Amino acid sequence: MTQAASLLVERDFAVPDIRCAGCIAKLEQGLVRDRRIAAARVNFTEKRVHISCTPDAETPELIGAFSLLGFEAHPIGDGPAEVDGGASDSRALLRAVAVAGFAMMNIMLLSVSVWSGASGATRDLFHWLSAAIALPTVAYAGRSFFRSAWRAVRHGRTNMDVPISIGVLIATALSLYETATHGPHAYFDGVVMLLFFLLCGRWLDSVMRDRARGGVTALLRNMGTGAMVAGADETSRWVDATALQPGMVMLVAAGERLSADGVVAGGASRIDLSLLTGESAPQEVSLGDPVHAGTLNVEAPIRVRVTAAGADTAIADIARLMGEAAQGKSRYVRIADRAARYYAPAVHTLALLAFAGWMIVGAGWHHSLLIAVAVLIITCPCALGLAVPAAQIVAAGALMRVGVLVKDGAALERLAEVDRAMIDKTGTLTLGRPVATNLDGADATVRALLLALARASRHPLSEALTRDLTAAGVTPLAVEAIRETPGFGVEAQWEGRMVTLGRPAQPTAHSTLATQLAINGAPAMTVRFADALRPDAADTIAALEQAGVAPGILSGDRAAAVAPVARVLGLTAQTGMSPQDKLAAIARQAAAGHKVLMIGDGLNDGPALAAGHASIAPGSASDAGKNAADCIFLGDRLMPVAQAIRVARRTQAIVRQNFALAIGYNIVAVPLAFMGHVTPLVAAIAMSGSSLIVVGNALRLKGAAR
Amino acid sequence: MNGLLVLIPVALGLGLIGLAAFFWSLRGGQFDDLDGAALRIFVEDEEEDAR
Repeated sequence: MTQAASLLVERDFAVPDIRCAGCIAKLEQGLVRDRRIAAARVNFTEKRVHISCTPDAETPELIGAFSLLGFEAHPIGDGPAEVDGGASDSRALLRAVAVAGFAMMNIMLLSVSVWSGASGATRDLFHWLSAAIALPTVAYAGRSFFRSAWRAVRHGRTNMDVPISIGVLIATALSLYETATHGPHAYFDGVVMLLFFLLCGRWLDSVMRDRARGGVTALLRNMGTGAMVAGADETSRWVDATALQPGMVMLVAAGERLSADGVVAGGASRIDLSLLTGESAPQEVSLGDPVHAGTLNVEAPIRVRVTAAGADTAIADIARLMGEAAQGKSRYVRIADRAARYYAPAVHTLALLAFAGWMIVGAGWHHSLLIAVAVLIITCPCALGLAVPAAQIVAAGALMRVGVLVKDGAALERLAEVDRAMIDKTGTLTLGRPVATNLDGADATVRALLLALARASRHPLSEALTRDLTAAGVTPLAVEAIRETPGFGVEAQWEGRMVTLGRPAQPTAHSTLATQLAINGAPAMTVRFADALRPDAADTIAALEQAGVAPGILSGDRAAAVAPVARVLGLTAQTGMSPQDKLAAIARQAAAGHKVLMIGDGLNDGPALAAGHASIAPGSASDAGKNAADCIFLGDRLMPVAQAIRVARRTQAIVRQNFALAIGYNIVAVPLAFMGHVTPLVAAIAMSGSSLIVVGNALRLKGAAR
Repeated sequence: MNGLLVLIPVALGLGLIGLAAFFWSLRGGQFDDLDGAALRIFVEDEEEDAR
């Protein structure tokens, strides 16, 4: 490109379908062929593509460039600022880990010489060198612990960081005193090693959250990234969702989501409300009917006059409900902090006892303090700090391989506790998209023709046909002069005959979706569509029941639409529920002492997802649903839900084992420290040994999801 | 003892170089896309990537 670099704009796109090296090559080499795109760089981990493009490149054109290559892309609006905010957090932790690791190795190098018999001036020199390395390291790498401990203490609470900070600070100060007075024992190596292991745990925790967040941002459809707006002189331009104003007229193509609330100002179509209300049958709209942001236009292009945009849309109510519901969840105390409530006072009492005991025996304050510090260091929750994050990140990795994204460790802990499951119908038990129901009866030529025509269109029904027929292994016939007429369908020439795929000639029964293939104007086949159950829904329900989780349906759809699903799966169902009703249903269960797992996808499930003890949403869910849920599962199968519960429970078991290991280690080590037998060498061996055992135990979760 | 005066700075210096190199690669974005880096080895450069 000859464009000066300064003229280029940087944009980020989420591309969920990047799966292999081929995709990377295809995207990076294919995108730059577009004259507007100067450079493209794929980030495989976060499933996004960073491109540099000319300023005149409009969002739909760029998305078009992606779809030419066969990828679905979603612009990430003002993403960089907020996404990098989280990433820089774990980067700072990684830097602290690196510094602590470097310091640990070098101090250990000096300590080994001291242990193996250096004495006199050499030992003093080595201790001073260790101090010179350790002090800046403690100041730099310990910041996050000190800050968090100070916050807790100031509010009169205690957490894991309080004993850590006290232990680190006292041990450092005492070692410094020892060094200055030519003492034989300095604990600099122990202090830095402690920081290193704890930081590793902290960093693992943060990496896990980042990875899931990356996955979630990649999934966000960015509901209403914008719309084509008709100008006064019948020209149209792209307007971002944030810039939409009441009074503007949006041109909404079939298959596009609405970006704002409005009334239909031209055309007639059907609107899929399933994400908003849970209703499965698309609703017919025509001139003057109100339509809502986030709903999907399925049939024909319409013009919509905007009545409310952004924060004023009808979904604002739901968002408010969600905010209130989520407050309950933020009160959840993580298992490590619950353990710290008992652990921290115990550790401090022990150290005090050691100090007092040796003082009473008459050992002198210096010796007594040395032993108290040894007790503090040996009991410092080093293994405890690793016990939880190590197990959770291994479990989250295992779940990710089966297609479940876990947002953070607390989600896994809550998921392990559920004993009730409330499941939404549309989009959760069912696929939430049209599936052709009568293709099996069609003959091979018709199926091949259908695929040839359907794959030329982005209409939702065409896409459904393309997906189903491709999955069935149909090869399309060669057709020529293919052309799509918005609102009517696709037509083409096939062996000299005119073939069309479009709206059926006679209107079908109310609320059934159908499309018709005609050859030379004579109807050849009418394909009907329905929302199908997920293929393994029944197995999953059985698996849930077996795991002691009692499932039930909670649907916003009409009873008549829910009944067949409930009957097939043998579940009780509550129907016609508003978001408030769903919240109330969960509150009732919670009041009865049950921990509810909410599984749902729609905007209407958002408050319930936020209120449930744990929640899971499918990858096809609304943005609000995906944001509110603890976990997200990808693909058409429902089984990952049951797998997630199983893995969460195994993780909890491993975490408890790790706690038991840590306590067992303390039972052995604390008496030794009490007796004054814990030299820096013993402390180093004990600490690294217990940490390795805990991490090794956590690694057993690697295959847990299989 | 004289040997120590050389060896200790050398040991610390090597460690520091490693730390600096790590920070440098971190800032350079080498750790941003670990899964992608593993796959890129399979990507064949186009014979003539003119741009």
